[in-house]
Amino acid sequence: MNTQVPGAQSSWQFRTPKQTLLRWLGWFWLVALTVFCWQVMNENTIWAFVIDAPDQAADIGDRMFPPAWSYINNLWEPLWDTINIATLGTLLGILIAVPVAFLAATNTTPSTRFVRPLALFIIVASRSINSLIWALLLVAIIGPGLLAGIVAIGLRSIGFIAKLLYEAIEEIDDKQVEAVRATGASGAQVIDYAVVPQILPAFWGISVFRWDINIRESTILGLVGAGGLGIQLNASLSTLAWNQVAMIFIVILGTVVLSEWVSAKVREAVL
Amino acid sequence: MLKLDKVSKTYKTGDKALHNACFEVPAGQVVGLIGPSGAGKSTLIRCINRLVEPTQGSITLGDTELTGLNRRELRRARRRIGMIFQEYALVERLTVMENVLSGRLGYVPAWRSYLRKFSPDDIAQAFSLLDRVGLADHYNKRADALSGGQRQRVGIARALEQNPELLLVDEPTASLDPKTSRQIMRLIRTACQERNLPAIINIHDVMLAQQFSDRIIGLKAGEIVFDGAPDALTDEVLTTIYGDEDWTQLRGDNAEQSTDPEAPAVDLAEGV
Repeated sequence: MNTQVPGAQSSWQFRTPKQTLLRWLGWFWLVALTVFCWQVMNENTIWAFVIDAPDQAADIGDRMFPPAWSYINNLWEPLWDTINIATLGTLLGILIAVPVAFLAATNTTPSTRFVRPLALFIIVASRSINSLIWALLLVAIIGPGLLAGIVAIGLRSIGFIAKLLYEAIEEIDDKQVEAVRATGASGAQVIDYAVVPQILPAFWGISVFRWDINIRESTILGLVGAGGLGIQLNASLSTLAWNQVAMIFIVILGTVVLSEWVSAKVREAVL
Repeated sequence: MLKLDKVSKTYKTGDKALHNACFEVPAGQVVGLIGPSGAGKSTLIRCINRLVEPTQGSITLGDTELTGLNRRELRRARRRIGMIFQEYALVERLTVMENVLSGRLGYVPAWRSYLRKFSPDDIAQAFSLLDRVGLADHYNKRADALSGGQRQRVGIARALEQNPELLLVDEPTASLDPKTSRQIMRLIRTACQERNLPAIINIHDVMLAQQFSDRIIGLKAGEIVFDGAPDALTDEVLTTIYGDEDWTQLRGDNAEQSTDPEAPAVDLAEGV
């Protein structure tokens, strides 16, 4: 059956000529950029070293094997330190992040004009600085050791936890809040009875996830003197004791796998 | 007694949701509030407990002028007004008991409610209300484990736990099957009779409204266009409220449905 309306348009184009041109230009710039980058990279690379790379890698791999199994006895204490840095640091982060999240969420903040921007600034400031750099600063301020590591991890965690938590707070079901408010409940009671129950699963998920990340991050904090496995790693690297380095890698891998398993279990339990 | 005098609400967007609403509700009277979607029914009942701030007019409950209250006084006034919601609005992850006891929040200091330490009287009342709505065995279940009809019963118990002087009911049957809807309406109705409690029930189903109210108020585009007995709700009146429709035919369909309440299909829906 012919359903064509007389005089109807019969040509159709996926993109207008202007869109086609813009896309072509976009691709052109991408190719040009690649060529340019290739040139810059060539200038600053010593190709002799690159050609040598497989041999070097094989050599280091060779020295790493077999790992210094007995070195494990020197690692138990720094490992315990690492776990403590991660756990206490996460707790410190949570302690500060929870109030910040409530101040940052549009539906719980006391003032969107003054308090919220401040809370958002705290979040951005904490997130924009890597734990390793926090640790560098703190080692300079409070001296080397576990405390610097804990505070560094804590400061970095504030932004992460607060950001995810305030997003969870903003996504809650408003009707439940309205219903509790309608009973004559005070602000604190509305948060206790209507907001907290709704964000609790998110809270546990976020906290355990951050703890999991912090275990990984705290293994390298020792590189700048903030305690934990990193100190040992630094020492072994600078004495070129590659079989000890291999042992430390194995311990880190084991710890991370374990923390991964714990956080998966906790998330399963709270949802 | 509740009295509204020239209550109006204009939203920031410029929508005039309510215009000069005036009426009184004496103790014990159940008022069915009907009207098309967007007529201002929800706005009207939310103006009364100021979940929505009215822009004009005065609302008095007993001796209290509700529109002029500061925040603390408003919280005290809200304790006296129970509210039942569309789709229940229970706190899903709290237990049935916590949901019912949240009706006492206005009377309990925050640290006690945080520790869930309610007075024995409050708890005894919660148990008797749960028994009254037929959920005595479910008090320790989480609210999200209940069916729709059961959740709305918890919603009713929460509102009654406040020992309110007024009941505001927003679309209580919107997501319930016909038989459960009737049971819920009957429950609200008898609770009001027992306690001599005035209620405003905002409802879409005209037949339910007629069956369970003492008085009907019809809203159209924010204005009250009908205020009278359920029997006075003629086809002409319905046309003024909702616009043209074959009302006789609709009533006929509905009558057929309700004369056959024991039909298996309905029973299945109830069994959930």
